[in-house]
Amino acid sequence: MNKQMTAGDVVAQLKSGMTIGIGGWGPRRKPMSLVREILRSDLKDLTLVAYGGPEVGMLWAAGKLKKVIYGFVSLDAIPQEPYYRKARQAGAIDVVELDEGMLTWGLRAAGMRLPFLPTRVGLGTDVMTYNPEFKTITSPYADGEVLLAMPALNLDVALIHVNRSDKLGNTQIDGPDPYFDDQFARAAEKCFVSTEELVDRMDFSHPDTAKQNLFERYLVTGVVHAPFGAHPTSFPPMYGWDMDHMKKYAASAAEEDGWDKYVAEYVTGGEDAYLEKAGGAERVKNLKLPVF
Amino acid sequence: MSQSTDFSLAELIVTAASEAWRGNGEVLASGAGGPLTRLGASLAKLTHTPELLMTDSEAYLVEEPIPLGPRGDYKPKFSGHLPFSRVFDCVWRGLRHAMTGPVQIDRWGQTNLSMIGSDFRKPKIQQLGVRGLPGNTINHMNSMWVANHSTRVFVEGEVDMVGGVGYNKARWPAGVKQDYVDLRLIVSNLCVLDFEGPDHAIQVRSLHPGVTFEEVQAATGFPLLKSPSMKETLHPTAEQLAIIRRLDPHNIRAAMLKDNPPGIRAA
Repeated sequence: MNKQMTAGDVVAQLKSGMTIGIGGWGPRRKPMSLVREILRSDLKDLTLVAYGGPEVGMLWAAGKLKKVIYGFVSLDAIPQEPYYRKARQAGAIDVVELDEGMLTWGLRAAGMRLPFLPTRVGLGTDVMTYNPEFKTITSPYADGEVLLAMPALNLDVALIHVNRSDKLGNTQIDGPDPYFDDQFARAAEKCFVSTEELVDRMDFSHPDTAKQNLFERYLVTGVVHAPFGAHPTSFPPMYGWDMDHMKKYAASAAEEDGWDKYVAEYVTGGEDAYLEKAGGAERVKNLKLPVF
Repeated sequence: MSQSTDFSLAELIVTAASEAWRGNGEVLASGAGGPLTRLGASLAKLTHTPELLMTDSEAYLVEEPIPLGPRGDYKPKFSGHLPFSRVFDCVWRGLRHAMTGPVQIDRWGQTNLSMIGSDFRKPKIQQLGVRGLPGNTINHMNSMWVANHSTRVFVEGEVDMVGGVGYNKARWPAGVKQDYVDLRLIVSNLCVLDFEGPDHAIQVRSLHPGVTFEEVQAATGFPLLKSPSMKETLHPTAEQLAIIRRLDPHNIRAAMLKDNPPGIRAA
């Protein structure tokens, strides 16, 4: 059993119209090398589920998205994701805006193969107004409380970036916060991970950090070796986000042909060229971790 | 403790914000509306409410509030783990008091962090999204911080997109549990408001030095009540100022309000 593949192999398994979940949180630990491979593809009409960061703006700018389901979209230090804001203010994108907790609840429902999970979160707000498909359910017990039946967010595919993986699909995440990557993996038909470090067997190489394993390898369909694959997002504890790069990306949204220029400079040439353009391995490795 | 006269408006606001957490006991104090709210939570923990839990603003619990900005040699000491998934566990259990910085607030205490405009599908200005407001407001104590008290923030009707729930009866379908909605304070650059009027009506609890009720009313899109005990916002004590200055060694607070005004307005 060897699940190693290339980013191209992953994208070859995706189809236009699919629902794709992307792990990480805002500009933190996003599988950006896989996102860039989607940018290079002819996929379209994707539905994206994410705690959104730059992947939302990029995939929209590249014409890949039909719909985004999110709890927020932000680059943290640049509060408004520039292309996402542009898309919204042009009325050019279909969205399901959720409370951050509702999103994980929908993923959990999917991961447990349930149609929904009950919650109070969202009731009394315009999340209900703008998502009229959301229904309430009355507790069958004596309390009779009316709750929101948060529908399952079933994913065709989840994409996640991890610190290390073996060729069997055993993964480890070292950052202080695992975000909701385990929930994304469980909610998906297929989960593909990109990894900074690839080993043959985790039990031979990293048995002492097995507690950093957050989801089981039976959930993992493919493993892509992608050093610095989270750039320009942060990858604790290895490297911080590249705010210079994200500022340049953000500025491109206001420039004529800004996106095309960004793609020509960073995306078209492939990942080796990308890393060179980003200043090389040495620079990325030394990007300071953000202090919150 | 003697009151000081040499302090900035930002320092007065931090002191006023800290009052939101007074007596809350063992709950997570989240100053989630930027540096002044984080300083307020930290000040609360270091003075009147040491039982509060706090994080390093990333994923770990700490017993000693962490100074703002670059930390130099300071190494946070972690007492526990609170990644986002456990923050939601905390929220849903109701053991938190957050102070957020919404872009709009209405007379019912409903809050908006999502978008400005009349058409959700095509906002005039896209903001962050509802983020955690729906879950926070229906589950635990909440307060708010407003840097620019104006009718743009305190709107006349409902907020453009209700992300955080409040006390608007029309928004609550029969059978939905409202028991955990618990709005506490709104701290602005002009005053402190609370929800202790009839039917949770918003009232002025204290006015910052030199500010009049009429000025606050003119900057608010809905009628305000005066608290029966309305007074001047308490000035920070020397002890409080020392703590604030220690927790903000880079003086980030000075950039939070335009021109960093003094706490007591020049006559």
